[in-house]
Amino acid sequence: MEKTPQTMPRQSWTFSNETNAEIRRAAATGIYDIRGGGAKRRVPHFDDLLFLGASMSRYPLEGYRERCETSVTLGTRFAKKPIELKIPITIAGMSFGSLSANAKEALGRGATMAGTSTTTGDGGMTEEERGHSEKLVYQYLPSRYGMNPDDIRRADAIEVVVGQGAKPGGGGMLLGQKITQRVADMRSLPVGIDQRSACRHPDWTGPDDLEIKILELREITGWEKPIYVKIGGARPYYDTALAVKAGADVVVLDGMQGGTAATQDVFIEHVGQPTLACIRPAVQALQDLGMHREVQLVVSGGIRTGADVAKALALGADAVSIGTAALIALGDNDPKWESEYQKLGTTTGAYDDWHEGRDPAGITTQDPELMKRLDPEMAGRRLRNYLNVLTLECQTLARACGHNHVHNLEPEDLCALTMEAAAMAQVPLAGTNWYPGKPGF
Amino acid sequence: MSVTLDMSQTPLREVNTTLQAAAKAHSNEPHVIVNARGSHAMAVGLDGPLHVTVKGSTGYYCAGMNKEATVTVEGSAGPGVAENMMSGVVTIEGDASQYAGATGHGGLLNIKGNASSRCGISMKGIDIVVHGNIGHMSAFMAQKGNLVVLGDAGDALGDSLYEARLFVRGTVKSLGADCIEKEMRPEHIDLLRDLLERAGADAKPEEFKRYGSARKLYNFNIDHAGEY
Repeated sequence: MEKTPQTMPRQSWTFSNETNAEIRRAAATGIYDIRGGGAKRRVPHFDDLLFLGASMSRYPLEGYRERCETSVTLGTRFAKKPIELKIPITIAGMSFGSLSANAKEALGRGATMAGTSTTTGDGGMTEEERGHSEKLVYQYLPSRYGMNPDDIRRADAIEVVVGQGAKPGGGGMLLGQKITQRVADMRSLPVGIDQRSACRHPDWTGPDDLEIKILELREITGWEKPIYVKIGGARPYYDTALAVKAGADVVVLDGMQGGTAATQDVFIEHVGQPTLACIRPAVQALQDLGMHREVQLVVSGGIRTGADVAKALALGADAVSIGTAALIALGDNDPKWESEYQKLGTTTGAYDDWHEGRDPAGITTQDPELMKRLDPEMAGRRLRNYLNVLTLECQTLARACGHNHVHNLEPEDLCALTMEAAAMAQVPLAGTNWYPGKPGF
Repeated sequence: MSVTLDMSQTPLREVNTTLQAAAKAHSNEPHVIVNARGSHAMAVGLDGPLHVTVKGSTGYYCAGMNKEATVTVEGSAGPGVAENMMSGVVTIEGDASQYAGATGHGGLLNIKGNASSRCGISMKGIDIVVHGNIGHMSAFMAQKGNLVVLGDAGDALGDSLYEARLFVRGTVKSLGADCIEKEMRPEHIDLLRDLLERAGADAKPEEFKRYGSARKLYNFNIDHAGEY
């Protein structure tokens, strides 16, 4: 007898295996998922843009003979000593505590060799970082862990952190297993407790107060150092305008792909806007105030390649900042640790339990044995190489578009592959002269 | 001899430059700021044992981030007075607005009047003595140091407290999450006596109650989520 045809087993799109696994995990533990990194979901990104290149109407520059400048100066509005960088790519703020001392040293070494700056994070400034960073930006965070006037004075710039792309409106949590004696001492806390980082500053609320806070910081540092204001990708037009109103020299804008040491997965994936969607509103705010290029815009969140750098600059940024990519360059999520990732229940490329302090690569840990796995000199050279490649790629694209400085890249050099990217970047959909929302259509 | 700086004629930048240089040089000359008129960020970032007197009331962040300096405000202080101070003494003859002594790492902040909300927020080692009352959410996330209140405390005192010690002589409207009354042991009496003496406060240590962290929120536990 012939067998009756069966319906093929059909998985639900809504209740996917991944979704169901998370439901089971939540039911078993009663706690939300905490992880590091940025948004993993697919969002419109720089990959959805293309450069048009030179043609009849523009002529290119010779790649091996004609110069294409990459330098950038940050903090030209008020600071007596703006920061001069050789490349428009900086290292984003990442804390000692979240990262090992060796990792911080490696970031400083790599950034310095490439001619750029690195940035402290929650938890204060370490000697490893200051000693190996020619240009160091000191973050002024809500927790004020390790905050002291001596470090402010020996920093090259100050970054007031209002928000970050992974969690606009959220604070942080450094779990007890990473609060070693050294970390605890720097943060004035007991060893081994879960350390919370506040979501807003303890002594100011809103842009009017921030203006006075910036005045205080300038008075303490003799008006020498650039003051950055870092915002998460929430309301980029208004947040940028208010940061300028408060007196920022530089606005750092971090989209939702920007990483964090640890926060709730629901926060990372469901709060904030993609980096691509944030740039044009921020640039528009600067232009409306007559401050574009006078207040510099640094964009971060998902920058991986020289193409990403070039596209961010073409949309109006003055520089970009990298965090996750810098860690990968140091050795984070390297396939050589695959067997150890598997022991932790994960795999290369997916390891994101940075808060647990068991990083096989020795980067997001305070475990002395794991830390030894990262040679700061070698890792620093890897970061230098990576930064050089990003710069070369960015220059290649700029020359192809006929520009002798990467800052001459402009939206007219771009087209978009998707309607979403066209709308967010406000550049024409490929093959058209139109983007959604463009007036006159 | 003293050096007088008139805020009605001298720009803030010049006032602070003068004070910072004198502090750095360990000047023995007292400095007096007159016509303060609520100016912001006065006498900030001093890095040395300078004596400064401010005649009148101040705006935001007076005496912020100082080390070793002695600053006296003969008036009231705006928000964030002595924020993140590292050492030295700051005395407010009148009242203090919000966030007094926020994130302070050391030294003594002596407020002769009342202090508004969030006094001692996130304090990290500073000693604060308030001769009057303090507002709500004071000592929120306070990590280290001592907060002494001769009067009453508002709502949610010591919410999410770490290891700071809180001493209150009057009533406490309510305690914040994880803040509890604790036994006043002899070492606390001695500590408090010393603080009261340094602040010139007319009170006996035995009249105070001590509050501190129950330490139940030190490591995240889902069963305590409702406490937050």
